[in-house]
Amino acid sequence: MLELIDVHVTAEDATGTVSVLQGINLTLEDNKIYVMTGPNGGGKTSIAKTIMGIYRPSRGRVLLDGADITEKSITERARLGIGYAFQQPPRFKGIKVKDLLKIAAGNNADNRFQCDLLYDVGLCAQDYLEREINSSFSGGELKRIEIASLLARKLKVAIFDEPEAGIDLWSFQKLIETFAGLREKYQGTLVIISHQERILRLADQVILVNDGRISETTTPEKFLAEIEIITADCRCRTDCIKGEVANA
Amino acid sequence: MLNTTDKKLLAAVADLHSIPQGAFNIRKNGEGIMRRSTANIEIVPKTDKPGINIIVKPGTKNESVHIPVILSAGLQDLVYNTFEIGAGSDVLVVAGCGIHNPGGDEARHDGVHEFFVRKGAKMKYVEKHYGEGRGSGKRILNPKTIIEVEEGGVAELEMIQLQGVDRTKRDTEIRLQANSRLIVTERLLTSHNQEAESIITVELVGDDSSAQIVSRSVAKDNSRQLFHLNLRGYARCRGHIQCDSIIMHNAKVSSIPEISAYHTDAALIHEAAIGKIASEQLLKLMTLGLSEKEAEEAILEGFLK
Ligand SMILES: Nc1ncnc2c1ncn2[C@@H]1O[C@H](COP(=O)(O)OP(=O)(O)O)[C@@H](O)[C@H]1O
Ligand SMILES: [Mg+2]
Repeated sequence: MLELIDVHVTAEDATGTVSVLQGINLTLEDNKIYVMTGPNGGGKTSIAKTIMGIYRPSRGRVLLDGADITEKSITERARLGIGYAFQQPPRFKGIKVKDLLKIAAGNNADNRFQCDLLYDVGLCAQDYLEREINSSFSGGELKRIEIASLLARKLKVAIFDEPEAGIDLWSFQKLIETFAGLREKYQGTLVIISHQERILRLADQVILVNDGRISETTTPEKFLAEIEIITADCRCRTDCIKGEVANA
Repeated sequence: MLNTTDKKLLAAVADLHSIPQGAFNIRKNGEGIMRRSTANIEIVPKTDKPGINIIVKPGTKNESVHIPVILSAGLQDLVYNTFEIGAGSDVLVVAGCGIHNPGGDEARHDGVHEFFVRKGAKMKYVEKHYGEGRGSGKRILNPKTIIEVEEGGVAELEMIQLQGVDRTKRDTEIRLQANSRLIVTERLLTSHNQEAESIITVELVGDDSSAQIVSRSVAKDNSRQLFHLNLRGYARCRGHIQCDSIIMHNAKVSSIPEISAYHTDAALIHEAAIGKIASEQLLKLMTLGLSEKEAEEAILEGFLK
């Protein structure tokens, strides 16, 4: 179980100190799938980075199975079983797909294991294992390698940040199956940050993040129903001129 | 004749763990100490100056010649080697120099290598530089390499220096005739107060000649690096230089590109980049459980592989 208690995060930008997260309270239980969604810039990635230890809270605490890990480093958290698949994964000159998967799995990843991982994200191992993770990869390929690097690990808390971004329909189908399958074999907490209905439907709980806060925790059914009402309510659709702000 | 230090140096620069297969010449402290010619590859000492002539018969396939140089004392060595790579042959040449300098005197090897890669021949040339020893004496290596690749020939060069050389100035000149091809892979790591300079000049003089140079380097501590990579196209040709450096600590790196075309169908590209290790790369590997130091090592190791 992972808990965030009154977590605040600030960051520095050109204008000075900005508030990124403002009092996040969140309890993520084992064996559950959470989908975090909400408008761009709402704070989803920042919550994930705070759990991973990439961002440090200015206030509040992070607990893993009841133990305070607020002061633990990224490496320590990784070794405790927290994992994060980046929204924008880095590229590496010189590091091959198989090297990354080996690092992820703690070096005990044989060829067979690596093939299975790539299969799970819709990539053919033969074409990819020996390739450097450099600028020759498309965005979608890079994302899938990133996801595979998390699937390679034994985790208590796994967070995937917009895994569907840039991925084609066919691979997306495969990815849905993979995430659905994780529910069966995975003994931990799964957090997926996403805007996709099909991923939302996998969730036990949907967490809506907006303006640095958690504005709602609900079920996928309820959440999707509400979204439909919002679109249905928007009367401007028919009579507003393209580009003009609705007066509805 | 070879002691433990010699063997270690030979393993480091030429991957030699025993007497090599095929032709070889081992030079130690300024003298040839072991040599073997084969039916197709003849090695003969020069009579007018220090060094050897290596003559590969036309049509020789899948043979290799090892010509490592080792220095195990503070002395200066100057050598001239000439390679005749016969038409249509396909050979591997492994050179390289290892220095173990135990004392306070300078140990220095200046090698001048001249190659004639004849029509349709293919040569892979591997040169590793390595230094060790606790003494205060500097370890210096200044190779000069001149290569003429004739029509349809291929020269593939691997030049690697990853440890222990205090000062190096590498000067490489290559001329490419029609339909010939050059592939250069350079890897350089400097640390402490080391200085390294690499000048590579390629002249593409024949139609449909091509050159590809990929240079990657890491500069640590107070070390300095200077790259001057120069492509000149005099014919219908293609050339591409990729020069990538990672800079750390207080190091200094300069990369000076130069491409010149003297023909409208010459297509030349130069890419050069210098920067520190990207923090996202470090973060990513740390989220997989590596410490910051381990992450840095993994990134550098991959980069220089
Ligand atoms: N390191 C940072 N520096 C400055 N601003 C940041 C930083 N990280 C996040 N922010 C700001 O915080 C807000 C939330 O960002 P983020 O968590 O990436 O949103 P989301 O993932 O929901 O789209 C955004 O306005 C973003 O610009
Ligand atoms: Mg985000």
